[in-house]
Amino acid sequence: MKDFILPFLRSLLDSLRDLLPILLVISFFQLAILQQPIPNMGEMLYGTFLVVLGLTLFVQGLEMGLFPLGEAMAYAFARKGSLIWLLAFAFALGFGTTVAEPALIAVADEASKIAAAGGAIENTPQAMESYATGLRFTVALSVGFAIVIGVVRILYGWPIQYLIIVGYAGVVIMTVFAPKEIIGIAYDSGGVTTSTITVPLVTALGVGLASSIKGRNPLTDGFGLIAFASLTPMIFVMGYGMLIG
Amino acid sequence: MNLSFNILHTLSDTIFDVLPIVVIIFGFQLLVIRRPIPNLRKVLIGFIYVLLGLAFFLDGLEIALFPIGKLMAQQLTDPAFIYGEVEEAVRSLQWRDYVYVYLFAAAIGFSTTVAEPSLLAVAIKAQEVSGGAISTWGLRIAVAIGVGLGIALGTFRIVSGTPLHYYIIAGYVIVIIQTAFAPKTIIALAYDSGGVTTSTVTVPLVTALGLGLASTVPGRSALLDGFGLIAFASLFPMITVMGYAQLSEWRQKAASKKTHRTGE
Repeated sequence: MKDFILPFLRSLLDSLRDLLPILLVISFFQLAILQQPIPNMGEMLYGTFLVVLGLTLFVQGLEMGLFPLGEAMAYAFARKGSLIWLLAFAFALGFGTTVAEPALIAVADEASKIAAAGGAIENTPQAMESYATGLRFTVALSVGFAIVIGVVRILYGWPIQYLIIVGYAGVVIMTVFAPKEIIGIAYDSGGVTTSTITVPLVTALGVGLASSIKGRNPLTDGFGLIAFASLTPMIFVMGYGMLIG
Repeated sequence: MNLSFNILHTLSDTIFDVLPIVVIIFGFQLLVIRRPIPNLRKVLIGFIYVLLGLAFFLDGLEIALFPIGKLMAQQLTDPAFIYGEVEEAVRSLQWRDYVYVYLFAAAIGFSTTVAEPSLLAVAIKAQEVSGGAISTWGLRIAVAIGVGLGIALGTFRIVSGTPLHYYIIAGYVIVIIQTAFAPKTIIALAYDSGGVTTSTVTVPLVTALGLGLASTVPGRSALLDGFGLIAFASLFPMITVMGYAQLSEWRQKAASKKTHRTGE
């Protein structure tokens, strides 16, 4: 029992330390700059306790569940040796985790408002709804595509920077042609697609693949999947804006 | 009573979000791989910890931090706060009058990134894979500095009304130049750290700041100018993480030169 409780307490302290900067920033601006008291002290403390507890549990679960699972899948696919199934899994993971992502749903709704206000689509709820759904599927497709490219890169050991530079060139070229209103949304959509559960799984998958293939370095080759997943949505969303607008 | 109900609600939301992932993993596991998952019991318990942890985490943020953080973003961007009560002055507000906004943007960007769970996950993995050469704490601080800088610059962009793509393209050029000089081992990790920084903690607060700012600065529209902060927050960490790696490489070289010289 002692073996369990002591590490857990230490982990709780770590989480508290991670949270400390936010608490300091918020209290400083509230008390010193805005010069107002901190409202609902009790709720603040209770909420902070929940955040600390939640972060601690999350980290424990990460080491016990998500990391081993991602790595086990990577080893199993490497041993099976079927490229098609590995790529199908990569696509499904990217597409499936993005299409239901709450942050993406919020961004897509916002984008449909912009499109309606800018006159790109009709200003009716139906037109906006179908625009938002189309956008969500576009982003999800682009993330699925990104994970596939990233996995292929790990398999063949291509240096990541060439692919990323090509992607940047794509973003810059699309920026020239895309409708002005969509650019802000498109740039932001790169950052919102990767959720808290997807990131550890995808990272473990990449590192697992790179360490199970001979000649690949888990550090230089295993990371980078998330980078592709944040790049392709920008290109695809601007493409969507051009197509619909 | 009400509070425990909220947690259940958040928990069911989290489970719903995770459902596609679970279906995909177990689908492939059963149909394609057809091998038992090693330590299945432990993995399942870990999954439950992750779900419970995220539900507590999100619920706690919703109770403690988001309301006050969002309110604060609105108050700091309110022209009445920035320029006192003088109505006429509002029209001649300059970008310099928003100093507190930039400060708040940098501070909130930095501090929320330190607490970001997905960044923590990547940092733990990076430390494990690099054999400790990349420390969890060092990587997170480097990324957090990047997010703080990025968001401060992003708020300046909203206030000054300059086009977003100039900043982003300039940032890309810096990233590409740094890539040529940075140690090869850090590059993939640096690119990844751009995407992981912005999730559960950072996005809601930063979005509130951007929308608040765009709707109060004269001549900006919340729809057209409110976006783009996340893009800054995903770009700058790449620059600071590569910078961090370059710095530690230089310091190592300098140190080894020194010992070399004393050895002679």
